[in-house]
Amino acid sequence: MGIDRRGFMKVSGLTILGIAGGASIDGLASPQTPRKKAAEAGTRRYAMVVDLKKCHSQEGCRDCVQACHLYHNVPDFDNRKDEIKWIWKDSFHHAFHSMEHEHLEESITEGPALLLCNHCDNPPCTRVCPTKATWKREEDGIVMMDWHRCIGCRYCVVACPYGSRSFNWRDPRPHIKEVNPDFPTRTRGVVEKCTFCELRLAKGQKPACVEACKEGALIFGDLEDPESEVRKALQDRFSIRRKPELGTEPEVYYLV
Amino acid sequence: MHNTGKIIIGLLIFLVIAAFPIWYAVAGGKTGEMPVLEKAARGENCIIDSVLMKETHMFLLDDWRDEVVREDDRWYRSMTLDSTIEKSLTRTCLGCHASKANFCDRCHDYLAVVPYCWDCHVDPKEFE
Repeated sequence: MGIDRRGFMKVSGLTILGIAGGASIDGLASPQTPRKKAAEAGTRRYAMVVDLKKCHSQEGCRDCVQACHLYHNVPDFDNRKDEIKWIWKDSFHHAFHSMEHEHLEESITEGPALLLCNHCDNPPCTRVCPTKATWKREEDGIVMMDWHRCIGCRYCVVACPYGSRSFNWRDPRPHIKEVNPDFPTRTRGVVEKCTFCELRLAKGQKPACVEACKEGALIFGDLEDPESEVRKALQDRFSIRRKPELGTEPEVYYLV
Repeated sequence: MHNTGKIIIGLLIFLVIAAFPIWYAVAGGKTGEMPVLEKAARGENCIIDSVLMKETHMFLLDDWRDEVVREDDRWYRSMTLDSTIEKSLTRTCLGCHASKANFCDRCHDYLAVVPYCWDCHVDPKEFE
């Protein structure tokens, strides 16, 4: 007996469903993350490792913050509403609220956490930028800023889940105590953030914060290089990242 | 035509007022005056032919801006100097033309152009 119309519809429907379903499950199972692409292309992936215990060893130390803000002409408005920050300190509770419980080791949770742009592998800020004024540099993973192109729409400020981006509500120039002529300032109406010191890296120098830290609490390097300091630090100790559940793949790691 | 004389006198008065900048300059003997630019503090040649530089430096700087910021391409091969220089307004341009006020501004003021480079980029002299 030959196949009837109803039987044919059932078989063909199930076949199509099977093919489509299989393909979509494949897609979900092996997402093409930027990290994988980077590894294939043999490029670099810069990352920062913050050793929280070493960072806490000097109470109230702001060496890295001062070095960064001095180098990059970051204004000081003395007013939290207008504050511009590239690297700053906040409580462990604020920085890592999703992985907190009340019996955590006090030496870690009592001191402040050092925060900066995470240079995510899957950055939400760059996706929302209408002018491509911020983008992820494929060759080394730095989330870059082009201040010439920023129109001040502040979509990226909203998109960033880490509060890493600041907006210049007022003209920053009069509020820069000491201007570094080697680095530009910004104008009113522009968003700014940490750039992993891409200008210093181009000159073969370490980021300003890493150089300024006397405790050696900041380690910077290339995650694609198995011999790099950052890779070794992450191998030796357990590390956490901020809000990993969001899937942004932050590249700033905290040793605990 | 009515009131021909009055109209012509009125037109003449208008022309005299409208042409004020021209006859004022002629009367003051300033017609041929051109901005005088300070010579570079060091070096004989600019990084490209200086006539070409006068005409096209704005395009060169725009190209440099995009290449440095967006492509991480920071070095420029200068044929006139036969050497490689950094693409930098503050460090390379102002490195030789030490005074922005006596170089950049003189032409820009004369032509009434207001480039916004200096809104962000720093003239080291200004902050000494």
